[in-house]
Amino acid sequence: MSTTLERWEPVIGLEVHVQLGTATKMFCGCRNLFGAPPNALTCPVCLGLPGALPVPNRRAAELAIRFGLAVGGTIAEVTRFDRKQYFYPDLPKGYQISQDKGPIVTGGTVTTSFFGDGKTIRLIRAHLEEDAGKGQHEESGGSTLVDLNRCGIPLLEIVSAPDLRSAEDAWAYLNELRLTLRTLDISECDMEKGSLRCDVNVSIRPRGTTPFGDRVELKNLNSFRGVERAIRHEIERQAALLEAGGKVELETRLWDDEKGESRLMRKKESAPDYRYFPDPDLPPFAVGRAWVDRVAAEAPELPLKRLERYTSVYGLSDYDAKVLITDPSICRYFEETTALCNDPKNAANWITSELFGLMKGGVSIDDVKVRPTHIAELVALVKDGTLNVRSAREVLAKQYEDPRPAKEWVEKLGLVQVSDRDALVAIVKKGMEMNPKAVADLKAGKEKAAGAIVGYAMKETKGRGNPAILNEILAELLKTF
Amino acid sequence: MTGPLPLKAIADSVRSGARTSVDVATEYLDRIERGAALGAFLAVDRARTLAEAAAVDARVARGEALPLAGVPVAVKDNIHAVGFTTTCASRMLEGFRPPFDATVVEKLRAAGAVVLGKTNLDEFAMGSSTENSAYVACRNPWATDRIPGGSSGGSAAAVAANLAPAALGSDTGGSIRQPAALTGTVGLKPTYGRVSRFGLVAFGSSLDQVGPMTRRVEDAAMLHDVLSGHDPKDATTSARPHAPTAPHVGDGVRGLRIGLPDEYFGDAVDSEIRASVESAGRALEAAGAVLKRVSLPHTPHAIPTYYIVATSEASSNLARYDGVHYGRRHPEAVDIASLFTGSRSAYLGKEVKRRILLGTWCLSSGFYDAFYDRALRIRSLLKADFDAAFRDVDLVLCPTTPTPAWRLGEKISDPVQMYVADILTGACNLAGIPGLVVPCGTTGQKDTRLPIGAQLLGPAWSESLLLRAGAVIEAACWDPSFVPSFGSAS
Ligand SMILES: [Zn+2]
Repeated sequence: MSTTLERWEPVIGLEVHVQLGTATKMFCGCRNLFGAPPNALTCPVCLGLPGALPVPNRRAAELAIRFGLAVGGTIAEVTRFDRKQYFYPDLPKGYQISQDKGPIVTGGTVTTSFFGDGKTIRLIRAHLEEDAGKGQHEESGGSTLVDLNRCGIPLLEIVSAPDLRSAEDAWAYLNELRLTLRTLDISECDMEKGSLRCDVNVSIRPRGTTPFGDRVELKNLNSFRGVERAIRHEIERQAALLEAGGKVELETRLWDDEKGESRLMRKKESAPDYRYFPDPDLPPFAVGRAWVDRVAAEAPELPLKRLERYTSVYGLSDYDAKVLITDPSICRYFEETTALCNDPKNAANWITSELFGLMKGGVSIDDVKVRPTHIAELVALVKDGTLNVRSAREVLAKQYEDPRPAKEWVEKLGLVQVSDRDALVAIVKKGMEMNPKAVADLKAGKEKAAGAIVGYAMKETKGRGNPAILNEILAELLKTF
Repeated sequence: MTGPLPLKAIADSVRSGARTSVDVATEYLDRIERGAALGAFLAVDRARTLAEAAAVDARVARGEALPLAGVPVAVKDNIHAVGFTTTCASRMLEGFRPPFDATVVEKLRAAGAVVLGKTNLDEFAMGSSTENSAYVACRNPWATDRIPGGSSGGSAAAVAANLAPAALGSDTGGSIRQPAALTGTVGLKPTYGRVSRFGLVAFGSSLDQVGPMTRRVEDAAMLHDVLSGHDPKDATTSARPHAPTAPHVGDGVRGLRIGLPDEYFGDAVDSEIRASVESAGRALEAAGAVLKRVSLPHTPHAIPTYYIVATSEASSNLARYDGVHYGRRHPEAVDIASLFTGSRSAYLGKEVKRRILLGTWCLSSGFYDAFYDRALRIRSLLKADFDAAFRDVDLVLCPTTPTPAWRLGEKISDPVQMYVADILTGACNLAGIPGLVVPCGTTGQKDTRLPIGAQLLGPAWSESLLLRAGAVIEAACWDPSFVPSFGSAS
């Protein structure tokens, strides 16, 4: 703990915006996609043309409800939209449709079970809104171009209580939140593509005191590590101010990750008055019990539930289970493999130790040519004795580059396991003759000595000997040797 | 010639082949040319309209069943019709060509109607005289030195002078009904949510409705039936199916209880107007209705409430005119702030700016509770007034305007005087209920006869009843085939 943290206790709250993974935008039929040519995904509604009207996307509301249920929040019986008004070139209507007084979710908690120390962080609310467009400033020409593809993409803004007490807490909370959102197919949560964005409120107070200090809002945070760094920096900045007899100002600061420092964006007094009022184009809508029940029924399993199932039903270790669960695409891959081979333990093993060993440099499992069918086939081939583990490993390495079926590789490499008893008996006998000391040790009960003889047999069979049969033969021959 | 034909007769003649849609459109385009001095139209495109008409003739020839075959309709210039600009009578939207039809225009065109042109209005529908048009003042065909009312003044003048057999208007606080009353035409403001607002440029979104402006009650019913219904593009439209009103226009009023609200017959209303509306009441009575006095006690609060709600919503709805994405952009802007303020200062008119400022102020932090929120609470009281009245009566009959049409320039420098002109119409929009105006007589003053309109208000979804009662008043008190000779000012 730094000396600053011995004297000061940070109080941190996060506002996280995630883009919802709907097919279409929040209030129009335009596709919700990343990376299309500028302004290709627009229509009169999201362009804010005069006369166009918004129609709410029910799927976005369902994903928000799914989130609310997952975090144990309260789903509003009636939810409504408000206009948040400000002028900005990327905001074609001059207001953003958001939820001020009637958020769809209030309350709920997030517990850092996978990434932290199990701390529970309370949520204040989660509400729906529409994303703004993106301005591109051309520094040289001085002109600004606006891309409205992003304009109108559904967002869920998740506001935490000021329950976080360190940069590490914030990092764990963000990861935990992302895990929930990704596991539940609510959002991709890809900070690089902007599908997850985060603002942080930081204040500090002398340890042992309860009143909150004046808080500073940090913006322009582009990675989870950046969030951590910015919080650490802000804690030190505020402590230095206070210790020098100064005062923390209520203000918004922009984080510069390259320089590792923040700069003033605006003081509190120049904060805009958003003039929220209920959007008259969107009547309040009732969220009936039946709808909530239907959303609950179709929601995927929560990470903690999944952990319990993997350890108790599948018999995976806590560690292995967490490795799988913390990455939803790996988890999906694992589930598919298990469904095909019906052997979760071996499936997990082949994925986490063998396949991961081949994947280098941040490759995503979704881009790997080896698919769950390949892994399931290898598991089966080992199980039925066609391949031993060593050969299966060799096949996997080949498949990683050229994903033809295992059987083709087995044939091509001549890897079919030698299980022919007579041939193996002769080899084991030879091995025993060549290793009298090992035989003596074995007779004296030193079981490890078998390695030398089995190892010889494997070498003789070019690694294709069936280890189970070899061990069996050795045991039999020992009785008469 | 017995004067202008009902819409049904026009459609019948086109369907039967007696006339072509092109003939009908040509007749009205010629009339528009002769009546250009009225300033009723902001955009007319003869070639475009005749091409539309020819397309209707082709559809008739193919045997398509078109209820409005060849009926020319003028469209208020805050409603999108592809092929025409939508300017809202504002410099800000000069030259703006909408890429889509308003749902109401789409429905009209699907029914065989032909868009005759775009009519004049107060800029962004803000005004009661059509003097706030940034392009040209509009004149009342009954006395061309007088205003036609507003904001749908162009549509009203066009129909009154028979430059168009029918028109679309929009009504936020009386913008269909008040000009209908001042020009001797029929205007219907439907129940909020009955007609789609998609493609209507928003002013006060919780108040705006599109409705027909016609010479005859039966014409209004016919158009209303085409325009009504749920629109998946407008979340505020009702899913409730629309029951056609036109077949019942002649059903009469026998046994209907009709209320005369005390608050609408006060001294602020000209005695001639009161007397004329009372005679319309007697006509209803003679047809078998029962008249009763009723009270709508919160009526005096309607005007301030209306102006707070409407300007608050307008301040937000008009924020999009910032010079960035479309419309006019100030040429001297040097940065984004001067682009916003320069464009808005240069291209929005005085009254529009006044209302934006008022609305912005009402929604501002520290004022919201005292103004906007309080207005919403009074709005529900006004609604409760009507709910209570409609437990005792089926409809309410009252005057539409406190005075007949006034002279151009008479009130333009006094916005409050102008706002008071909406005193009898605003509550209807705040309550979301339908209102119909039917001409019921004229002032008998010296040199000038000016029309008077009776206003019928009913509970939500009661358009059919309103139109039935309107038809009774029309038959007893008015000659819909009379066209004023608008050649010279009186
Ligand atoms: Zn769109």
